[in-house]
Amino acid sequence: MKNKGMTIIVKTITRITVWLILVYGIYIILHGHLTPGGGFPGGVIIALAFLNVLLAQGREFTKNWLKMNLLHDLEATSAILYLIVGILGISFTGYFLSNFLPKGKLFNLISAGTIPVLNIIIGLKVCAGLFFVLWSLAIFHLASKEEEK
Amino acid sequence: MIVYILCFILFLVGVYGVLTKKDLIKIILALSIMEYSANLFLILFAYKSGGGMPILSKGEKIQGMVDPLPQALVLTSIVIELGITAMLVAFAIRLYQKYETFDITKIRRLSG
Amino acid sequence: MILPLPYFIVIPLLAAFLISLISDEKDHWAIILSVASIISLLVISIAGFIHVIGDNIVYKLGGWDIPYTICLVMDSFTAFILITIHLIALTSIIYSISYIRHFSKSGKYYSLFLLLIAGMNGVVITGDIFNLFVFMEIALFSAYALVAYGNKAEQFEAAFKYAVMGSISSTIILIGIGITYSAFSTLTMADIANQVESVDSGIVTWLRCIFAVGFGLKAAIIPFHAWLPDAHSSAPAPISSMLSGVLIKALGIYVIIRLFFNVFGAPQIFLHAFRILGSISILIGVLLARYQWDLKRLLAYHSISQIGYIMLGIGIGSYLGILGAVFHLLNHAIFKGLLFYNAGSVEMAVGTRDLRQMGDLKGKLPTTTGTSMIASFSISGLPPFNGFFSKLILIYAAVQVGYFIHAGIAVIGSFLTLSSFLKVQKYGFLGGTEPELTETKISTSMKSAMIILTIMCLLTSIIIIPGIREYILRPVVYDIMSKAEYIKLVLGG
Repeated sequence: MKNKGMTIIVKTITRITVWLILVYGIYIILHGHLTPGGGFPGGVIIALAFLNVLLAQGREFTKNWLKMNLLHDLEATSAILYLIVGILGISFTGYFLSNFLPKGKLFNLISAGTIPVLNIIIGLKVCAGLFFVLWSLAIFHLASKEEEK
Repeated sequence: MIVYILCFILFLVGVYGVLTKKDLIKIILALSIMEYSANLFLILFAYKSGGGMPILSKGEKIQGMVDPLPQALVLTSIVIELGITAMLVAFAIRLYQKYETFDITKIRRLSG
Repeated sequence: MILPLPYFIVIPLLAAFLISLISDEKDHWAIILSVASIISLLVISIAGFIHVIGDNIVYKLGGWDIPYTICLVMDSFTAFILITIHLIALTSIIYSISYIRHFSKSGKYYSLFLLLIAGMNGVVITGDIFNLFVFMEIALFSAYALVAYGNKAEQFEAAFKYAVMGSISSTIILIGIGITYSAFSTLTMADIANQVESVDSGIVTWLRCIFAVGFGLKAAIIPFHAWLPDAHSSAPAPISSMLSGVLIKALGIYVIIRLFFNVFGAPQIFLHAFRILGSISILIGVLLARYQWDLKRLLAYHSISQIGYIMLGIGIGSYLGILGAVFHLLNHAIFKGLLFYNAGSVEMAVGTRDLRQMGDLKGKLPTTTGTSMIASFSISGLPPFNGFFSKLILIYAAVQVGYFIHAGIAVIGSFLTLSSFLKVQKYGFLGGTEPELTETKISTSMKSAMIILTIMCLLTSIIIIPGIREYILRPVVYDIMSKAEYIKLVLGG
């Protein structure tokens, strides 16, 4: 009875809506320098999409569907990439985290230098980090119940 | 002026909850209310009467805008408080596993 | 040569994330990376201190101009605290190589430890008041997680209480920062210092009260000390020494000195309040410590008392008072760290922390007994160790300005500390009964960390010699006491 997720209606609907939520989150991350939002809210929305899968389909399905090792490596790698972008700023202009890519025209999607790059890096780290917090809370319940038996 | 007093009352509600409630989860919720009131307080300081939102869209002229710096401060503060709440919830789950209760008057092995 | 200041924050963060990436179940890479990064940080901070005695360094993040950006400022006081942090952190990492293996074998401890170092470095080196809040939260986050590292029941309880009280004080500080931005319309600390006279003095008094309460809770001054005995006694031993030796000083004492001497200015009533609270801290800390039979809880109460000495020195406000306070800051980090390492090794050998159940440990743990005797003499203020010299400067400063009652309280506190540590020595190390040992040997890494700190106990008493004192401590006190120099450093040049 446990570990199977919710009823069949919820499972069918979430199979469609998860992708919509994912697209919305990616839209907010990519347009961070034009509209409100940016790295952190977009990352939270993508993590909520994964949480939707976890709640509706159960732990077993999520463990097979999302590769946890890949998310763990993604979290650490994106943080290191952020620091590398900052250090590249030192080697280009002498100041940490300076804006050294070409800035483009106003209101374009690819403009404003390093700001969209940093937004994407922050979005990846936030989604991986927040999902791991929720995943370890779910897994802990499983581990302690198995200890009691 | 009324808005600032209401914000302060929200802060006092949060402090009352942290100091007098006995349940661990209620303490965490009251702490969240207190932190929300601090964020609200920061945003209230950024308001200029008659100002618009500080976003420049295509084809608009620059007019009087509200101050965008406290909004960036509040964004950072929300991230910090998300982390603190997640950690407190994890502590509460482990405390329940060790002590079998959520009541804070019974979780009292350290004293003196 | 411009010393690139962001490296103090980038190096521990990079090492922490690399450790989280490449170490899965064994911790060899974790140890190598963390030791390498802290040794490099120690070398850079000593080089920075020598450079900064000549002229101070200001660094603009991102290349924007000063009132609009976050700036990093390094003057002598910053460099002094950076050297203290990295010295204690190096001994703590060496000690915990074999101590943490008993809890778990993964490298997560080292990752959290390096985040703690990055947060403390950020607090000390920044020149912007909201940036200080963010780095303070990073450091406190890692501290909450590290207190609960051993998965025992008391550690979770202590960590929960510490987290709730720390969050309340952080909220108060955030409200203070909001009022600061609304009144001064800038966040750079030097710019605030420039405009303090032209703002309504009622608001500035409110701000001083809010920041004194908020950062006073981080520094464990007496009405706000209730979290310290639980948190510092339940944590693992190397974390106790980091928390009690450096964290309450880098987050509490450093920010109070920076805000009250360089930014807002300290009128006489606040200096009176610090002096009186410092004296009360000295007495209450020592008197509460005399009833304790738990070794680490006793040491935590003595931390409250020694922080009282530092607040007394700040409250006196003269040149010698601040000199004594800064010197005592360094000394307390060294001997309190050594005492916590001894407590940790005794706990690992005997299996309990209760003083009544220990006995004659002199034959079985010779290094621990010898170093704990030297540390007890240091904290009680016996010559020729470093505690004597810093307490002597503080008492002389109090007498010189005319506060005889505070000088008397300092002397009485010193005698009561001596009696308390004689009790520890009598019951804990030289008692009559023979306790049974659980572990066989204290490993080399723990012994070497204790011996390094013992040598530092003797070396830092050389600073009292007038030639070396003028070279090391005089620029520190000069940078604390002159507000106009700080403003000119950041805004003018």
